[in-house]
Amino acid sequence: MRRKGILAVNSVVVFACLIGLWQAVVSLNHLQPYILPGPLAVAHALHDRFPSLVNSLLITTEEAAGGLAASIIAGVAAAMLFAQWRWLRQLLYPYTILLQTVPIVAIAPLIINWAGAGIFSVTIVTFIICLAPIIANTTQGLISVDENLLHLFLMYKATPAQVLFRLRLPNALPNLFTGIRISAGISVIGGITGELFAGSTRVGEGGLGYAIIYASNQMETSYLFALVFAATVLGFSFFFIVMFLEWLALHNWHESSLPQLEE
Amino acid sequence: MVSAHTGSIPEIALTGVTKAFRNAAVAVQDVSLTVERGEFVTFLGPSGCGKSTLLKLVSGLSPVSAGKVSVNGMTPENARQLVSFIFQDATLLPWRTVEQNVGLGMDLEHAARSARRDRVAQMLQLVGLSHVATRYPRQLSGGMKMRASIARALVSRPRILLMDEPFAALDEMTRDRLNEELLRLYAEHKWTVLFVTHSVAEAIFLSTRVVILAAHPGRVAHEIAIDLPWPRTAQTRESKAFEEQVTQASRLLRGVHQA
Repeated sequence: MRRKGILAVNSVVVFACLIGLWQAVVSLNHLQPYILPGPLAVAHALHDRFPSLVNSLLITTEEAAGGLAASIIAGVAAAMLFAQWRWLRQLLYPYTILLQTVPIVAIAPLIINWAGAGIFSVTIVTFIICLAPIIANTTQGLISVDENLLHLFLMYKATPAQVLFRLRLPNALPNLFTGIRISAGISVIGGITGELFAGSTRVGEGGLGYAIIYASNQMETSYLFALVFAATVLGFSFFFIVMFLEWLALHNWHESSLPQLEE
Repeated sequence: MVSAHTGSIPEIALTGVTKAFRNAAVAVQDVSLTVERGEFVTFLGPSGCGKSTLLKLVSGLSPVSAGKVSVNGMTPENARQLVSFIFQDATLLPWRTVEQNVGLGMDLEHAARSARRDRVAQMLQLVGLSHVATRYPRQLSGGMKMRASIARALVSRPRILLMDEPFAALDEMTRDRLNEELLRLYAEHKWTVLFVTHSVAEAIFLSTRVVILAAHPGRVAHEIAIDLPWPRTAQTRESKAFEEQVTQASRLLRGVHQA
């Protein structure tokens, strides 16, 4: 408990020093705000533009969360099919790797070309880059079941559905969460990247990616910093929400939490 | 099966059984063996002698390449409800509590909840795990996991137990204690048991008959009837007769190893 307290104090001190250093560099060199704004200027921009910042944040959150959720549903469904039929897995699995290696900046303009500018297109972009980690990890978990456990279910004359839902899926849960954790991080990046191309249907209003481009063009560097800060907070929030859900689902039984040996 | 005939039908009969794998390796060759109801038969032998394979064949988890296996006059697949398999490690589902693991079979059969609860509680009591019913497997020691595995096997009231080196991973003290408990349950329930082990002492202590197998390919080399008095307890291990049986079996096993 005491060690944790010291750690927290240290973190705050380090953070304060970094902010102080930043302000000192800006003040001592008399840097113009459009080159490098100080933390005070960023705080000002954050305060003045707060409503539009929150608006952008909500749009990007919607796109990232929507794409991530869709990728979890589609990814788990695909992994279940892959686990059921080995020939299907061998036939299609290489394409999931293709999905992972294709540069999103290269296909984002295509998708926007087909689906039009706006939230829907950006959600599709997010969905595409989130899909591969979910499929790959979940498939791994579904097929790496202890052979004796399969034998046990056979001895009980379990149906294929029971083997899937009572054995393979719970077994794949830790892997699924590994996939979701990876995808949650890149979903925010996917949303912002998509917005760089998708723009907005209304001038001056859009997600974080759009607002970043807009602020950059307008030389509003302080606001740009505030937007970057917001994007970072969003990524962190996604990560911690997933971590929390993972803890909820696994802490009772999985080895990733601390063992409690008792005789 | 016609009940008037069941007395004459052996509980387990292997006739000229051969098992070859796809890579042409022969695990067991031409094994014939009859096990009567209530016998405790242990397979003992070097690795590669097909001990575990024989259990898989009797359970129907693996088909024979040639010959015939019959369980109570039926095919192994049809006899499955008479049989419980206990694996080398406890093979518990880590996401289920001890009582949920023990009740797994009844769960998969959609048994009534109250019937399941009573039966599971009874089995946990039998193996002395009532106090950890709501714990998860990772919170248990190796010995407790194995007890849970045995309780799970007993829930379905099996007539036949197939045990594949169930205590191999345990320390000697725990193994001895579980051996004694197993015999106490055996005396009560009169199962027919096929047991696989590497330990000569364990084989002699538990069995009514020990079958020594030779390897490459797996085949029956010797059969020894164990006539130690019942009930067998910790004192049995200290008796002269026990020592003699262990010495004799060890000698036969050495011969098989060198051949």
